[in-house]
Amino acid sequence: MLILTCPCCGVTSEETEFHAGGEAHLTRFGPESSDAEFEGYLFMRENPKGVHFERWRHVYGCGKWFHAARCTTTLEIFGTYTAQTTEPPQEIRDIIARKRPGWSWRAFS
Amino acid sequence: MSRAVTALDGATSTDGIATITEVALQGMITLRGDLASAGIKKAAKTVASVDVPGAGQANCSDDRGICWMSPDELLVLCPYDEVDASLDKIRSTIGSDHALAVDVSDARAVFRVSGAGARDVLAKLVPVDLKPQAFAGGMFRRTRMAQVPVAFWLHEEDVFQIVCFRSHARYVFDLLKVAAQPGSAVDFF
Ligand SMILES: [Zn+2]
Repeated sequence: MLILTCPCCGVTSEETEFHAGGEAHLTRFGPESSDAEFEGYLFMRENPKGVHFERWRHVYGCGKWFHAARCTTTLEIFGTYTAQTTEPPQEIRDIIARKRPGWSWRAFS
Repeated sequence: MSRAVTALDGATSTDGIATITEVALQGMITLRGDLASAGIKKAAKTVASVDVPGAGQANCSDDRGICWMSPDELLVLCPYDEVDASLDKIRSTIGSDHALAVDVSDARAVFRVSGAGARDVLAKLVPVDLKPQAFAGGMFRRTRMAQVPVAFWLHEEDVFQIVCFRSHARYVFDLLKVAAQPGSAVDFF
């Protein structure tokens, strides 16, 4: 079970107090984009073994969305951070680099 | 004007390891906005007669109080028959600050779980550390109770006050009653 800390209200709880919102840091393609871009945005997702970035919502708590960096094999949470960003903050990348040397995930490694 | 009643008309269960009571009609006002704004703080204080609590905290005494719901939301408690007047007071105090104040008294139900077994009962139902050192007076927590959202705080020693949606009132009452059934003490705390 995942233990998450909501960066909005500071509460630490297990995952049933939260709701997963899928892969984080997607680039949204809408009107004016190409069919290939739109298809990629709708359907193509990472499925890594290891470091992963996700959106979560503190659904039974403060109700806010946030981001989490975690390991899909060990369920370790590297950190949670604001939803108001398009890429993981440096401090989260540093923690992951320390714990998983040589990791890579899209362009964020 | 129709006669206002609580969801379960004051249902009570006294034969278990904790006493469960539906609290009488309680005035509840949701106040949303920038909690750093002086107008919003003053508005909440004027109605509740207590200071605005910090994150994860509640300041409550009797049927007045302020609970911190989220970074942009407070739950202001006042006597049920003062809600309309309180809303007027809140709106005029806030002035031009961007905010939302709405009466949610009839959309919620309030329960009280009291007695030496109160912590035991609640700890069976919520994913929250309820050790006396971990959950003390003044703290406020929104969480999941079995399958529904609730919020609770320690009203006084061994007395928890729980707020849930009115449509969940029967479910929450029955849940608490089962968790408090005679002979079910865990005595963990
Ligand atoms: Zn939260």
